Amino acid sequence: MLRYTLKRLGYMVVTLWLIITITFFIMHLLPGTPLKNEEKIPPQVREQILEQYGLKDPLPVQYVKFMGNLLQGDLGKSMTLDGRNVADFIVEGFPVSAFVGSQAVIFGTLIGLLLGTIAGLNRGKLVDNAAIIVAVLGVSVPSFVMGGFLSYFVGVKLQWLPTGLWESYESSILPSLALSFGVIAQISRYVRTEMVEVLDQDYMKTAKAKGLNRSTVIIRHALRNALIPAVTVLGPLAVNIITGSLVIEQIFALPGLGKFFVQSIQQNDYTMIMGVTVFYSALIIIVIFLVDLLYGLIDPRIRISGAKE
Amino acid sequence: MSKGFKLSSVFAVLLALSLVLSACNFGSNSGSDDGQTLNLIELQEPPSLDSAKATDSVSFTILDNVLEGLYRADGKDQPVLAMAAEEPKVSDDQKTWTFKIRDAKWSDGKPVTAKDFEYSWKRVLDPKTASEYVQMMYVLENAEEYNTGKAKVEDVGVKALDDKTLEVKLKTAIPYFKALLTFPTFLPQRQDIVEKYGDKYALEAKNMVYNGAFVLSDWKHEKSFQYKKNDLYWDKANVKLNTVNVNIVKDSAQAINLYETGKTDFAYLGAEFLDKYKSSKEKFVIEESSVWYLEFNQREKEFFKNQKIRQAFSLAIDRQKLIDSVLKNGSTLPSGFVHSAIYATPDKKYRDIVKYDFPFDPAKAKQLLAEGLKEIGMDKAPTVELLTDDTTKAKRQAEFFKEQFRVNLGVNVEIASVTFKERLNRGKNGKFDIVIGGWSADYNDPLTYLTIMKSDESYNRGKWKNDEYDKLIRAATVNENYEERLEQLKQAEKILMDETGIAMLYFRNQLGLKKDYVKNWPWRVIGAQYSLKEVSIEGKK
Repeated sequence: MLRYTLKRLGYMVVTLWLIITITFFIMHLLPGTPLKNEEKIPPQVREQILEQYGLKDPLPVQYVKFMGNLLQGDLGKSMTLDGRNVADFIVEGFPVSAFVGSQAVIFGTLIGLLLGTIAGLNRGKLVDNAAIIVAVLGVSVPSFVMGGFLSYFVGVKLQWLPTGLWESYESSILPSLALSFGVIAQISRYVRTEMVEVLDQDYMKTAKAKGLNRSTVIIRHALRNALIPAVTVLGPLAVNIITGSLVIEQIFALPGLGKFFVQSIQQNDYTMIMGVTVFYSALIIIVIFLVDLLYGLIDPRIRISGAKE
Repeated sequence: MSKGFKLSSVFAVLLALSLVLSACNFGSNSGSDDGQTLNLIELQEPPSLDSAKATDSVSFTILDNVLEGLYRADGKDQPVLAMAAEEPKVSDDQKTWTFKIRDAKWSDGKPVTAKDFEYSWKRVLDPKTASEYVQMMYVLENAEEYNTGKAKVEDVGVKALDDKTLEVKLKTAIPYFKALLTFPTFLPQRQDIVEKYGDKYALEAKNMVYNGAFVLSDWKHEKSFQYKKNDLYWDKANVKLNTVNVNIVKDSAQAINLYETGKTDFAYLGAEFLDKYKSSKEKFVIEESSVWYLEFNQREKEFFKNQKIRQAFSLAIDRQKLIDSVLKNGSTLPSGFVHSAIYATPDKKYRDIVKYDFPFDPAKAKQLLAEGLKEIGMDKAPTVELLTDDTTKAKRQAEFFKEQFRVNLGVNVEIASVTFKERLNRGKNGKFDIVIGGWSADYNDPLTYLTIMKSDESYNRGKWKNDEYDKLIRAATVNENYEERLEQLKQAEKILMDETGIAMLYFRNQLGLKKDYVKNWPWRVIGAQYSLKEVSIEGKK
């Protein structure tokens, strides 16, 4: 198990390094510079600013410098937000995105599990079809439509919750709900499919034959096995959601991390692009690793084969 | 074991959530409302509150309300005395200006001195500061020379003769110098504060001092900021508001929702919500100094070098229809290249002296196109590429032009919609046939527009070139006879308009909504967006 874990850790570092390197070089192919008024400023000022940002150095030199700073834990300063530390933006924005996102994952998983299980147990019946419709809607209705609708309907018309801004716990409910629809759809589909398959397995018959009651059979044997694929998608899905959604944060005016992913690219804010890339990829690599470990807990067969390796 | 696993994982998730919850700094600005609290929204985070480095309208707006220069702009965009105690002594050649500084205090209690101006202006000019708006300061004697390393800092034409006297020497006498002094780049800065915080100066609300009507009392990055009335402000008796809360909201629909639920007293009104508020008394037009036009690529290809063909394209555009059915933002028909907000003399607006109109005449357009094609020996107009941004608004506009030129001229247009940076890039390198251009005033003088159409300016993307125009603009720039100078500017604009060097489209405005209890709110057309000093809340229930 230890050797396996160490090997995985090694792969993780290599993967991260590859992502960082590729992004670094591709990013410099973007047209333009981080300067705000590119055309308006006098040439000597332009040179001075590019010099200060270290953009006059040859690309490989910039790369070595960047990697050097990164290894010391320094993500550098934003090139468009007047020298503020990139790390500060991540530290300030991520908790908001993570909170809204985790809540969305919890809402989504619970509702998705419920829907998927009900649909799986009632295969082909009306409830099943209804659940499928909900799932299809969840995948196909874009989050900005859902977000806009919730903000207007629940916020302005019903006045139950704030339409937006980040002022109290209530502010987080609508954005989380809007984000959770995608999760509901994915989880319920996976759980339903697995449920249908698992219910036909021999061990289910054994369990029933042993006289266990229905709910125990479903929860302890069927659901637990049906969960494996759901957990697989849940990891990356969760990372995607907790690092923030540009659209949802914009619609609800949340001070999250999501907007930097897009904004930094539009503005050629190189340090910011690298900062969020490093953060996001590190997070997703770690989560995938954790999910692999989690498999072992849910399904002993994987743990055993992992140990053998 | 299975139960234990489940319980512990639920516990772990709860623990993680509560940790995150404690870290996400909820909390609103809105404290107790004493009747003089204004709630606003802004479209973006101010990137910089260092007046030497700021370049965007959000930063300019904050700076204009928390700091005061020698002059500030009043409700009609006219300069009024601020840190200058009285009108300055001006030498006969109009080049040496001597200002007396008012007895005023910074928010930490120290007096405002002439040195704060000398320091700040020289800091802008210091090459190490790399100020993007440094050119505003080039009107000072030896300023450009110092900024480009050709003169010493002592040679620059600004000097504190004593604590209360500031002497300013200009390179050339200019009629708009007072108005120019209202621009944020000319704000004072305290040397001790700038040096104390170093590269953290003005990055947080507490990392700077204020001498304006308000202080920035709170600044939550990417979320909100808050103004409080400045108790040490010299004219605080005339400041009514106690608190101004500003939330950063980018989404126009959310802005309207917040406006509807009373969370903000102001919102920009996008075209998509215009119908809903068509006859609302809360709707108002926000005037800007922004002029929009088509630039024709006149580099190599003969097509747009032909004047008749350019005129044909201009005549083929139904501008009123563009404003009413596409823009829907309160924009107006253009009356020349220089915007109607600009003054020609301290009390007369330039557009009250000379006006142009741009008729829509498809028949004449077709005729001119045919004549033009004949002149350059072509029998059919080529397909023309229209370069534009990839935003929805820009694309909608481009579609409109495509249709206008197809129907009214029979010319086929291909739209190239690219990112903002890529558009700048292609514009600069001449990789387009037509590009939509826009320009806003940096200072209140016709020259701020006319100078960019000189043939050697990078903003002249189409590279329209007229030697007489270049000569007139160069002469006007240094002409110290103000009447003659104005004549030269008028003549130059006439050449540009007569030759259709560019095709004027519209003077852009925006629409806003404001609650009717918000009174006396002056919006500016140059630099900052609005002033808060004059605003009061009256009759709010």
